[in-house]
Amino acid sequence: MEVLNKFRHISAILRKEFIQMSRDKMTFAMMLVIPLMQLILFGFAINTDPKNLPTAIYSEESTLFVRSIISGFEASGFYDVKYKSSSPAENSQLLEEGEVAFAIHIPAGFSANLIKGLRPQILLEADASDPAAASNAVAGVNQIVNQALRHDLKGSLSSLNQKPAPVEVIVHRLYNPEGKSQYNIVPGLLGVILTMTLVMITSMAMTREAETGTLENLLAMPVKPVEVMIGKIIPYVVIGIVQTVVILLAAHYVFSVPFVGNMMSLIIVVVIFILTNLTLGFTFSTVARTQMQAMQLTFFFFLPSILLSGFMFPFRGMPIWAQTIGEILPLTHFLRIIRGIMLKGSGIFQYPQDVMALLAFTFVVGIIAVKRYRQTLD
Amino acid sequence: MSEDFHDSNSLAIDVKGLVKDFNGKIVVNGVDIKMPLGQVWGFLGPNGSGKTTTIRMLCGLLKPTAGSGTCLGFDIINESDKIKKLTGYMTQKFSFWKDLTIRENLEFVGRLYNSKNLKQLVDETLESLGLQHRQSQLAGNLSGGWKQRMALAAVTMHSPKLLLLDEPTAGVDPLARREFWDQIHTLSNKGLTVLVSTHYMDEAERCDQIVYLAHGNLITQGSVRDVIKESGLVTYKGQGENIRQLAPYFKNISGIEHVAYFGNALHISSPDSNELEQAIKNSQKSYSESLNIHWEKIEPSLEDTFISLMLKSGTDQRKY
Ligand SMILES: Nc1ncnc2c1ncn2[C@@H]1O[C@H](COP(=O)(O)OP(=O)(O)OP(=O)(O)O)[C@@H](O)[C@H]1O
Ligand SMILES: [Mg+2]
Repeated sequence: MEVLNKFRHISAILRKEFIQMSRDKMTFAMMLVIPLMQLILFGFAINTDPKNLPTAIYSEESTLFVRSIISGFEASGFYDVKYKSSSPAENSQLLEEGEVAFAIHIPAGFSANLIKGLRPQILLEADASDPAAASNAVAGVNQIVNQALRHDLKGSLSSLNQKPAPVEVIVHRLYNPEGKSQYNIVPGLLGVILTMTLVMITSMAMTREAETGTLENLLAMPVKPVEVMIGKIIPYVVIGIVQTVVILLAAHYVFSVPFVGNMMSLIIVVVIFILTNLTLGFTFSTVARTQMQAMQLTFFFFLPSILLSGFMFPFRGMPIWAQTIGEILPLTHFLRIIRGIMLKGSGIFQYPQDVMALLAFTFVVGIIAVKRYRQTLD
Repeated sequence: MSEDFHDSNSLAIDVKGLVKDFNGKIVVNGVDIKMPLGQVWGFLGPNGSGKTTTIRMLCGLLKPTAGSGTCLGFDIINESDKIKKLTGYMTQKFSFWKDLTIRENLEFVGRLYNSKNLKQLVDETLESLGLQHRQSQLAGNLSGGWKQRMALAAVTMHSPKLLLLDEPTAGVDPLARREFWDQIHTLSNKGLTVLVSTHYMDEAERCDQIVYLAHGNLITQGSVRDVIKESGLVTYKGQGENIRQLAPYFKNISGIEHVAYFGNALHISSPDSNELEQAIKNSQKSYSESLNIHWEKIEPSLEDTFISLMLKSGTDQRKY
């Protein structure tokens, strides 16, 4: 009987929220427009496809093959070979000073090994501190080199053109050990958008009732804090899921981001993350007195989330104190899991610590919300 | 059988020494109320006297700074959950959801009180309100008086045992006000207890008892007749053509407590009847037009009494 009443109360609040949401067309529209807008804005950033990036080459030999490779690099349009270095040290220095975006090293004996079919290696060092800039150039590098050699490998050497490719390019991404590529950004964006919109919307949940005076009525009726909280959160879970679907569809059809992982894992982690954000937003709404304050709290939380979670800067590249703060933020853990699932094809069980962290955060914040929920007007 | 009238079983509200302090600002200063079940009491007092604050403490919306007591036998501090189930509280400011329709508001409230046969109940409520044809109108679009009527319907829908109404008829037209009071008395005959705050004297006169609050202090309480008698006020009523011109004259006499118009008559009141008689005589000497004014001693009205009480309680002594 008690349980049934609880259920009735929750569903009463839920209905009310859905109706109010459907009447507030503006907010409703914003919840769908904001993700699309961000996706498009970031999408342009992703798609910037800079050409003719300055490049230094240090080659220990000067053969036909080497010349072909160099002209291949230039012909690709991505690389502009500006420097011919005379030592590996010079290469490194140019990279470090930011004179070049790439430094290529062709070792001695390269041509001989190529002819013997030993699949010699070329080293490409990339300044990946601006991952968006470097990504397309790096992504195509193996093809550029092997394509360039195609014409030279004729006659008795033509067998080398069969797979595996005759030359292997080793890419070292410097200053950005995680080597973020454009694909890294869209899953990250999913987390950022969910964090921003969901925390913001729920942070208003109770403050709006307080500001319009309906809180007095709600408090005078026999309904428990937990019931109000659950009833107010569920509608936004639906919103969060809709946003996720929109983002994933856009990621797939507009930005061609591959999806290699397990769908079930994705759904589970997204739902957990949505709940985490909603619980947090609800807690904010029990702390803030006005909708304005709720908004400010949201941004107070949103900024570190975006900066220290590994979305903007590679997590392991940050100073320890920043990593420590980052570990507290749900977005950090979500990014690890979601990138793993979408890009590396992992399942949720490969990230037990991060899943636990999300659940623990939700639990603790949820307790605070229930404790902070004002049962009086004091 | 217990002889004690104040047996807790027969009291709907039994509170003692209620104090509310908002950050050092004492808004309610030791209020005792013992209200029997099944009665209708009026809660009166000037603006800012602490009526709303007291009502909020009764139904668990504010925690009293000091004092204790029960509502319907439940402790107001620890058992407000139980009080809420059995109480209907109508707020002074409209506090229903303006972006829900009338029907949706009623249904929402009904669900939170676990009302059975909700659809039927809401239908009946809408019908008794005469709002069936407007049930899908947003509550925010109702006129002020209709908002009040909807709110009253919503707080009585779950058949509470105790009704706390905070100025329920503010802005309601006379006919609707009369219907409202008829409804209150019908409900009270069935055993409902009603505490209603109001600024209308005619409403106070419809109550079994009134409680008068000023500046957070309970000044007087009792039946209308008792309150008037207790005040010891004497009132003379003057009628005549040029009566209005005399008002400033009486106002300047320090022995007269207050001077007020009632329709085309002037009421002058004072605790001292000699002062009044003397003043009337003097006025007849000094003003020729006052000769054709007819004076008679009447029983003071409740309004005279309240104005007197208000003046006596002086300026607000509370520190802010
Ligand atoms: N939350 C609060 N914080 C600080 N002061 C408050 C608060 N609520 C009420 N007050 C003050 O307490 C005093 C009494 O207010 P209350 O609303 O109880 O008066 P009232 O008798 O209902 O007046 P009215 O007839 O105008 O409705 C007022 O001076 C008001 O400013
Ligand atoms: Mg009031």
